[in-house]
Amino acid sequence: MSETILSVENLRVEFETRRGTLVALDDISFSIAKGEVLGVVGESGAGKSMTGAAIMHLIPRPGRIAGGRILLGDQRIDNLDRTGIEAIRGRRIGMIFQDPLTSLNPLMTVGDHLTETIRVHLPLNRRQARARAIELLEEVGIPDPAVRIDSYPHEFSGGQRQRVVIALALCAEPELVIADEPTTALDVSVQAQIIKLIRKLCSTRGTAFMLITHDMGMIAETADRVAVMYAGKVAEIGKVSQVVGAPLHPYAQGLMGAIPSLDNEEPRLRQIPGSMPSLTALPDGCSFHPRCERAMDICRQRAPALLGAIDHKVACHLYEREEVAA
Amino acid sequence: MIALVIRRLLQSLAVMLVVSLLAFVMFRYAGDPVNQMVGAETTAAERQAVRESLGLDQPTLVQFARYVGRVVTLDFGVSYQFRQPVTKLLAERLSATLELSFVAALISLFAGIVLGVYSALNPRGRISSLLQSVSLVGVSLPTFLIGILLIYIFSVSLGWLPAFGRNGLIPVTENWSTGLLTIEGWKSLFLPAITLGLFQMTLIMRLVRSEMLEVLRTDFIKFGVARGLPRARLYFRHALKNTLVPVITVVGLQIGSIIAFSIITETVFQWPGMGLLFLQAVQNVDIPIISTYLLLIALLFVTVNLIVDLIYNFIDPRLKDAAS
Repeated sequence: MSETILSVENLRVEFETRRGTLVALDDISFSIAKGEVLGVVGESGAGKSMTGAAIMHLIPRPGRIAGGRILLGDQRIDNLDRTGIEAIRGRRIGMIFQDPLTSLNPLMTVGDHLTETIRVHLPLNRRQARARAIELLEEVGIPDPAVRIDSYPHEFSGGQRQRVVIALALCAEPELVIADEPTTALDVSVQAQIIKLIRKLCSTRGTAFMLITHDMGMIAETADRVAVMYAGKVAEIGKVSQVVGAPLHPYAQGLMGAIPSLDNEEPRLRQIPGSMPSLTALPDGCSFHPRCERAMDICRQRAPALLGAIDHKVACHLYEREEVAA
Repeated sequence: MIALVIRRLLQSLAVMLVVSLLAFVMFRYAGDPVNQMVGAETTAAERQAVRESLGLDQPTLVQFARYVGRVVTLDFGVSYQFRQPVTKLLAERLSATLELSFVAALISLFAGIVLGVYSALNPRGRISSLLQSVSLVGVSLPTFLIGILLIYIFSVSLGWLPAFGRNGLIPVTENWSTGLLTIEGWKSLFLPAITLGLFQMTLIMRLVRSEMLEVLRTDFIKFGVARGLPRARLYFRHALKNTLVPVITVVGLQIGSIIAFSIITETVFQWPGMGLLFLQAVQNVDIPIISTYLLLIALLFVTVNLIVDLIYNFIDPRLKDAAS
């Protein structure tokens, strides 16, 4: 087992609203090792982005971390003050957002973005920072970086801008990069290039990635392990080969069944009936039971725990029963 | 960039030509200039002599060409009421109006941006909501009322500042004397400048606030936070600069208005500037002064617009590409 970069333990995020407390994240636990890509999948509103935001202290108001711990290496970061987390952001954890078109300041050149970020984190002078910026652009695959560095964001294509955004996240060589839907706004052909780039960075730099997406295909191609989230909880977590190849949780099975495939003989794609419940109206017991074909009485009464082996866990009463019996 | 400047300059020239046509028409056809100049007992022959000596018997086009020719050489004719060249009358008062407007514009710009940024960064703060309500008053109260209120408070009740007039002047050139070099000068400048600038200040403040709130919600600010950029840098280098494009448009137009509409403030404070002169000219149908004032204000707006356009291109690289 290689060195653990990030571990999240029983994380709980709550929103105080006029109608009472909403639980946006409930008992989230996972860890990411050096150079590993952890995919986080789920429908919109499942809490994928909220998990990333919680790690970076970027939860929108009035949300707050109500329980659990987040460890970066040996350091606890969930209880840091503003100065503390600002020393982590960009320096030890980088973050990439969905839309590269709006992620860059339109009034600044790409080089200004890079040198500014580099000089905030590293003790380099202007010339050294610029040299490093050119290296970074080269590394993320911007052709002719020494010339392009003085261009403005609007002079780059969408895919190139996402490369610049990745370069910005890598400025200070963070141990972990949280990528929140990094390819959603891009063309399919460009998506493949960005995926390749992420894989390359993992192997050459040993950077760990937390890859938030709803694209199962991207997970299958990029991630080492995957966490499936549903209504603010982790439903299943494990190696990609296991979770994608032989999913246990009925929701994960449904998700995999919804991927179109050329050698699939079924005439229609399978779909999961219904939609994810809103956080204001979570059902009792397992949140998935109203949509689950295999729901049992216990599913309506008690929420299942995330149990199983170290490298493959599932939160479902179908499997819990065997353990209780054993 | 140079092509843009030249294009804009030509456009400005066209605008000025149209305005000077208006000024000419007013000068020539709003009443009979000869009647305005001579006494009631002047004979018809004498009137005709004056008419010919002024060239008013020539074809309209020739008269307009001559008018433009005179305007270009800064000869705007003679005021009916003062019997003095309009150029001299305006030049004497120009310093008063420009100093007043300049100080008012600086106050409103500086205070407006500072307060606007403050209330955008602390949107829920008590001071911010107070500023919002007070600024509503500033926007809705008419200028003359604000002037009178300020006079009542600071001159009548407290006796700190003079109620009217321009004092403490030090001559710089023949036509230009400044009040900016003495404490007394600043004292008499303070109330009119506040009065003139208050409306613009509240306007700029509200604009900066809403624009800044908008920019702070954008992805590139969020991404900046996530890359660990210091707050001050994000707010002032990234956010403020992005709010400036719309702000500069409004500020540019407002600076024109400040000078053009200093009339009311100058009247309330008996400030010896161009606005006061213009008002007297209107009361006495002193057409040369009125038409010259029109030209001057037009020139001012055209110049400010030109500068604003050039600043845009300086701030926003996307516009530069669109223009070339």
